[in-house]
Amino acid sequence: MKPTPVSGQIGDSPRRADGPQKVRGDFEYSSDLKAAGMLWGATVRSPHPYARIVAIDAAEALALPGVHAVLTHLDVPGTKVYGLEIQDQPVLAIDVVRYWGEAVALVAADHPEHARRAAQAVRVTYEVLKPLTDPELALTDDAPRLHPGGNVTRQVKIRHGDQSAQAEVVVSGEYEVGMQDQAPLGPESGLAIPDGRGGIDLHLATQWLHVDRDQLAGILALPPEKVRLTLAGVGGAFGAREDLSMQAHACLLALRTGRPVKMSYSRPESFVGHVHRHPGKLRYEHGATRDGKLVYVKARVLLDGGAYASSSTAVIANACCFALGPYECPSATVDGWVVYTNNPPCGAMRGFGSVQNCYAHEAQMDKLAAAIGMDPVELRQRNAMKTGSRLITGQVVEGPAPVAELLDRIKAFPLPVEGSGSGRGGGKVDLTQMPGGVSNTTHGEGVRRGVGYAVGFKNVGYSEGFDDYSTARIRLSVANGRPRAEVHTAAAEVGQGLITIQAQIAATELGVTDVVVLDADTQVGSAGSSSASRQTYITGGAVKAACEAVRERVLALAQSEIGRSAGARLERDAVVSADGGLIVTLATLLGDAVVEETREFRPRRTHRLDAATGQANAHLQYAFAAHRAVVDVDTELGLVKVVELATAQDVGKAINPQAVEGQLEGGAAQGLGLAVMEEIQVKDGVIRNASFTDYLLPTILDMPPLLMDILELGDPHSPYGLKGVGEPPTISSGPAIVAAIRAATGRPITRVPVRPQDIVGA
Amino acid sequence: MEFLQPTTWTEALAMKAAHPDAIPIAGGTDVMVEINFDRHRPPAFLDLTRIAELSEWGLDNGVLRVGAGVTYTQLIDELGDRLPGLAKASRTVGSPQIRNRGTVGGNLGSASPAGDAHPPLLASRAIVELASSAGTRRLPMHEFFVGPKRSAMRKDELIRAFLVAPAQGPQQFSKVGTRNAMVIAVCSFALAIEPDRRRVGTGIGSAAPTPVTAPEAERFLEGVLGEHDLWQTRAPVAESALLRFGELVAAAARPIDDVRGTAAYRRHALAVMARRSFVWAWNEYRAAA
Repeated sequence: MKPTPVSGQIGDSPRRADGPQKVRGDFEYSSDLKAAGMLWGATVRSPHPYARIVAIDAAEALALPGVHAVLTHLDVPGTKVYGLEIQDQPVLAIDVVRYWGEAVALVAADHPEHARRAAQAVRVTYEVLKPLTDPELALTDDAPRLHPGGNVTRQVKIRHGDQSAQAEVVVSGEYEVGMQDQAPLGPESGLAIPDGRGGIDLHLATQWLHVDRDQLAGILALPPEKVRLTLAGVGGAFGAREDLSMQAHACLLALRTGRPVKMSYSRPESFVGHVHRHPGKLRYEHGATRDGKLVYVKARVLLDGGAYASSSTAVIANACCFALGPYECPSATVDGWVVYTNNPPCGAMRGFGSVQNCYAHEAQMDKLAAAIGMDPVELRQRNAMKTGSRLITGQVVEGPAPVAELLDRIKAFPLPVEGSGSGRGGGKVDLTQMPGGVSNTTHGEGVRRGVGYAVGFKNVGYSEGFDDYSTARIRLSVANGRPRAEVHTAAAEVGQGLITIQAQIAATELGVTDVVVLDADTQVGSAGSSSASRQTYITGGAVKAACEAVRERVLALAQSEIGRSAGARLERDAVVSADGGLIVTLATLLGDAVVEETREFRPRRTHRLDAATGQANAHLQYAFAAHRAVVDVDTELGLVKVVELATAQDVGKAINPQAVEGQLEGGAAQGLGLAVMEEIQVKDGVIRNASFTDYLLPTILDMPPLLMDILELGDPHSPYGLKGVGEPPTISSGPAIVAAIRAATGRPITRVPVRPQDIVGA
Repeated sequence: MEFLQPTTWTEALAMKAAHPDAIPIAGGTDVMVEINFDRHRPPAFLDLTRIAELSEWGLDNGVLRVGAGVTYTQLIDELGDRLPGLAKASRTVGSPQIRNRGTVGGNLGSASPAGDAHPPLLASRAIVELASSAGTRRLPMHEFFVGPKRSAMRKDELIRAFLVAPAQGPQQFSKVGTRNAMVIAVCSFALAIEPDRRRVGTGIGSAAPTPVTAPEAERFLEGVLGEHDLWQTRAPVAESALLRFGELVAAAARPIDDVRGTAAYRRHALAVMARRSFVWAWNEYRAAA
């Protein structure tokens, strides 16, 4: 990608460097890459969720025109298994396949169609086994052991307060969350180019270059410096690009054939090419006093991790740590399991464990409010977490925790006028405002309105002692008579606007208007992943730290060349005095000199949960958001129109207000998707809707206008006081919608996504 | 793969006769999806987009003859007043881009039970005109669909047009999908009422192996309307009769459980849509008095 300058300070919303290209369709995504002499890779995938591989015969495939290589696990020179937390997933299946669509063999050919046909010509003989698809069964001794250590990937126990607490009012419920897909529009894709000296360059879409690089070095049996990764245009991520997909495969084929190899998944292949959001079953019991103070919560959380571990151990930790929602409660007993099955592997997705439990704890709070006869918002506020509250993990919440205020704010938005789209008043029906939309299913008949509230929270950054850091290199020089700052990090721009954020921070810290963000690659230290809502905090922190080091040197240079000036600072491409007067322009001061500094930024360390009690200062920062949903439900047909969403979120400090609004809108839409339509339907281990024909994403007629109240309360521990913003919008938006559907229909609705038959009872 | 590009209808028929396995393609909105999914690898495509007369329509002896290449957008813009049921269905097809390319001829050619154009064509008793180099034949719509994605077309035939009378009265179309736009039907229902002929027409989509009609429901409603002279008085129809009509429509379906919905829900939804559609159509008729 050509680096494009961005101008604007923190707090501004400058035009994104990639914006015009993306709008025009000129932007080069990873699926658009090409190289001279390039071959195409294709993957042979398992048609069974669980089977033994008896034989693989590549002879027929190798004899086809244009075919250059067919590889199996025997051709993997280094580590044959990989994984983010537990190395349990074969690069190519070894003797057994554990999920439908697992990669078994690879083909390289001179044309994508040749590669596809050759992949179909690889004869794999399977001995089909009965798949383990029920996570409850996976917990029992009756289940086949899918991995040497058994089927429990991780068990989490949290014991907080009096374990035998009793309460005057008790409500309980069971809730189920379906499997959501991240559905990034860009498929898994990239281009691997052998360097002719045994090394490889890989251009790809990913969320974390260095973790890919380190895993690839092991798989390819190469020193890390011979595996160079460069970020290509990323068409969305949402957690789907944290694990390896085509990375090792393309590199293996390229090193074997000595030719550049491109791989780009089709949409159906993408559905088996990345992990999904864990489906969950959650059983809760809430005990409270008659005046609405929580006494205890007992929760049992079971997540289906599918065939391989991916990020499961961290997801279940989140699901348990935040199981109660952002409330104070003197006692809690939380037991969580994430298990192996022969279902599609699950891992990271926006919200990361907090999405599943929010459906449960918020349904429970509404149920409790109804049992006590209290307004559901008031009940939440009466128990709301605040600064200084102690979590069920024993950690004290530092920094702003404005849960009660967020609820006040969403309640303060005026409610939309009822029946505005209805034709009952004699006016023309506006179908776009009706449940069922343009499909003309109601002109107002059977439509009832409901309003629901939900609030959620989660951690920002890595947890449980994982070394969280990022690296930034800043280079200040003079080009064409003007000072120019170059920012170099390995942080992945996945569409969220991180390039612009980095440029804004450098412009602010160095007082220069010309800032260029270089391509992200592995020629600079790790930035960590674009996940956990962490990049603005951690890589932003690294850019800030490196800029400060550069600034210090520049000011020292000014002092030695021109003389001391108390309070001198960098502004408007110059060194200025405390009162803003020009001391010297940077162009003059620097001349041919280059000031370059590299810094790592590390926030405070976190600690691992105690295995027996789940107690620890396990998390770095907490982010909170609340949503109010207004829905119209066609109670006879079970169709839903979300009329309006309102949200309030504390973002600490909005570095780029427009990007913040984008996160709040996109996150709410993704939450809406899970609430009312998005589900990977798996039957007997097989995905039945691996396409956008039947895996439905919200359209503009499904996602209503979002009313936003953005608070900037400032976290004393983070750079600029900012908080991660990407995930909270996805947590409580869906639960608010489901609460509104319950209010409109009177039905319990314990499963998401909510299907028409769940509403009409057919 | 061969790509055949006839420029005249005669040439197209000759090519189809010579390449009976060639897949005709117009908008490509169905065909290309199938190709992308690798469900078909046809030996040849027959590109029909260069044959100008396929995208034309005209009125002949009071009957509309609509070329197979007429797009959904054309139907909405040019024929919305004469074929309101089909236009309503066309508005529910995909996105604007799909409606700009997709054609009713292609919808018929795919013969999907979920094809949005099929229920209104059934309800208004349209006729399909099939042609081969051996000649032309006309089939009533209900004889055209023979199974899931199977039609009565022979391999040497192409769809030339469909024929249908301009609406003789109110027409309705409803479709249930779990998204408010751009969605394949979970089930759909079309209704045409023809006061002059004292006739009611129905069409059901996505709730049987083929698009079907609900003849018993039609006869029942015609009976109710005739018995009480409601065509003349335009009085409201009793709630009990509406419920019965809905039940009979639901009973005409033969739905299955699949990835888009359950059989039970489809029956339930058809009954609701049938009732509502009739009320809308009848209110329109009453208001027209």
